[in-house]
Amino acid sequence: MSELPLRAQLASVLGKSAASLSRATGRGDGSVIGGRVALKVEPDLLGKLARGRRLTLVSATNGKTTTTRLIAAALRELGPIATNEQGANMPTGHITALAKEPDARNGVLEVDEKYLPQVINATNPAVTVLMNLSRDQMDRASEINLLAKKWRDALRSSETHVVANADDPLVAWAGLGARHATWVSAGQRWKEDSWCCPECGGHLKRDPDPHWECPECGLARPDTGWAVDNDDDVVVDPNGVRFRMELNLPGDANRSNAAIAMAVGAAYGIHPKQSLPRLREIRSVAGRYTSVVTHGTEVRLLLAKNPAGWLESFAVLGPPDVPVLLSVNAQVPDGKDTSWLWDVDYTVLRERRVFVLGERRTDLALRLETDGVPFEVADRVDDVVARLKGERPDLAKVDVIANYTAFQQIRAAYGRVQ
Amino acid sequence: MTDTSSALRIVWIYPDLLSTYGDQGNVLVLKRRAELRGIPTETVHVLSSDPVPEQGDVYLLGGGEDRPQILAAQRLRADGGLKRAAEAGAAVLAVCAGYQIVGESFGDDDDNPLAGVGILDVRSGRGQTRAVGEIVADVDPALGAGRITGFENHQGRTAVGPSARPLSTTATGIGNGDGTEGAVQGQVVGTYLHGPALPRNPALADMLLSWRVGGELAPLPPAWGERLHEERLAAALG
Repeated sequence: MSELPLRAQLASVLGKSAASLSRATGRGDGSVIGGRVALKVEPDLLGKLARGRRLTLVSATNGKTTTTRLIAAALRELGPIATNEQGANMPTGHITALAKEPDARNGVLEVDEKYLPQVINATNPAVTVLMNLSRDQMDRASEINLLAKKWRDALRSSETHVVANADDPLVAWAGLGARHATWVSAGQRWKEDSWCCPECGGHLKRDPDPHWECPECGLARPDTGWAVDNDDDVVVDPNGVRFRMELNLPGDANRSNAAIAMAVGAAYGIHPKQSLPRLREIRSVAGRYTSVVTHGTEVRLLLAKNPAGWLESFAVLGPPDVPVLLSVNAQVPDGKDTSWLWDVDYTVLRERRVFVLGERRTDLALRLETDGVPFEVADRVDDVVARLKGERPDLAKVDVIANYTAFQQIRAAYGRVQ
Repeated sequence: MTDTSSALRIVWIYPDLLSTYGDQGNVLVLKRRAELRGIPTETVHVLSSDPVPEQGDVYLLGGGEDRPQILAAQRLRADGGLKRAAEAGAAVLAVCAGYQIVGESFGDDDDNPLAGVGILDVRSGRGQTRAVGEIVADVDPALGAGRITGFENHQGRTAVGPSARPLSTTATGIGNGDGTEGAVQGQVVGTYLHGPALPRNPALADMLLSWRVGGELAPLPPAWGERLHEERLAAALG
C-alpha cells in the first residue's frame, strides 16, 4: 500500500470504509460498493493496485468461481494472496479484492467474460485462464463468437501467459491470439455451440473426441501439455506423469477445473505434489456442492445457470434412488428468457423422483412433460424433504439443481451456507 | 399427408447453425402433439453439410447468430430442397433468424441486403435498437391460433410484401416493428417469437399439424402447455 500514490491510497481507504459500511448495515458483502467508491476517486486504481503483483485472471461461462477458488488454494503455497472469492467479478470487485491485501504479491481474480479484455489491459496479468464459452443469458449477454473475438484481440496486444482449454474450439481460437500458452485437455461435454469454425465458419470435424479441426481453413486443436483422464481420476502433467486426483468436489467438470489450477500453479513454480493436496481441501465453493441437513436428510446444492451447466449437474447426481429437485427463476441475473430449458435433455431423469420448484416451475413442468419425465410440483425444498421423509424414513440424500437466483434463495433459507 | 398410414415427417433444418435458444422445443412439441393424437411421426435432423430432403411435411428453422445465419441462407439457396418442398405445399415454421432467411432478403452486419430463400414475401433490415422481451400478439383470426406469447431477441425490422400477410398484430413487444408480428404465405409461417414458440403456443402447433393432417384434429385435454400459455399472457399483460 505504501508504494501507491497518495490519491490511490485515499481511494483505496475510502473504498474499504464503504465496504465495511455495506457489511455493517447488512446491504451486501461490500465487494461491489467498496470498489465503486474507490473508482470515483481514482479511475486508474485497478492498474495501480495491480502493479508489481503476479496476478492470474480467470474467465469462462461456467466454473469461474470454483476454479478461482482452486487456484487461490494452490497459490497460497507461496504466501498470502489477493482474490475475489465471493464472486464479485467486475472491476469494482477486483479493486476491493486487491485493496484488501495490499502486501500480497500473488493473486487470482475471477473476471466476468465481458470485462476480460478491459481487465487484461488494466492489470497486465502474469497468467490468463480461459476455460469454456457457451450460450448463457442471451437476453443481456453478447454473442459468444463476438466475445471470443474480443478475447483474442486483447490477448494479441498483451504479454500474458494463457492457460486454456484446448478442447473448446472457441476458447482455443481466442487463446491462440496470445504469445505464450499452456494448453490443457480439459474436455467439453456441451458441444452445441461449437459446430462451426471460429475462424471461417466451416463445419468442424470433431472426431475422435477431443480432437477437432476445420476441413476448410485448417484451424485445429493445439497440442496439449496437461490432460485429464476422467476414467482413472487422473491428471497428466506435461512430462506424462500421472497424479491421482481424489478431489472432494464432484464430477468431470471439477477435474478439469483442478487440472487448470495445477497448470496455473506450475506457471508459478508450484509442483503438482504441492498443489494437489491443497485442491483436495476444497469441498464447496460459495454454497456450490455444499450439503445441508434438514429433517435428518442430506440436501446437496448444485448451481447450474445454462444448458452446459445443467449437463454437468446431471452427470454428478447421486444414484437413481436419490430424488432430485429442480428450481428455476427468470430474474435479471438469471436471464429473463427461459428458452434455454429446451436445449437441455431431461430424459436422463426418467427413472428418478423429480420435483419442480421456483418462479418458472410451469416452464420446467412443460419441459419435463414433453420429455416424458414424471414430476411433482412443490413450493419449498423443506416441504419436499418433509414429504419424502414421511414416505421413506430412511431417506439419506436428495440433490437440488437450481439456477442463479433460485440457488441463492435456497441457500439463504439455510443461512447462506458456504 | 393424405395417406394416413404414413408418418408425419418433421424436418429440422440445420440444428448445427440455427439452434441458438431452445429451438429444439418446436420439434419436440410438434412430435408430441401429433403422437398424442395417434399420428406417428418421423423426425429428421438435417445438418448444414447435408442435402435437405424434399418429402417432409413440416420444416422447422430456428434462430442463429449473424454469421451462422448468413451461412445457412447461402447453403439453403444452393441446396434448393427447402424451396422445392415449400412450393410443393409443405408447412414451414421459421423463427427469428430463420424467419429472415426464408424471406426475400435480410441485412448483414452492416445492413447490406443478402438474398434469402424466397419462400415468404418479406424483406428484413436492421433496426436502431434491439427488441428484447416478452411479446404478445393476436394471430389473424382466419388462422384460428388465437393470442400467442413468446420471447423476442432481435434487431430485425421486417416489411411484409403483397404476396404474404402479417401473422399477427402485436399487443406488447416489437415484432416486425410496425405493429404487426411475423408473416404467413400459404403454409409458410415466419415469426420473431424465438426458440420454443410452439411449446408456448399449443394452438400454433395444432395449426401447423392441421395443415398436414386431413380433417379436424382431435382436441387434447388441457395440460402444462395451456397452463404456461395462460401464465405468460398474464405476466406480460398484467
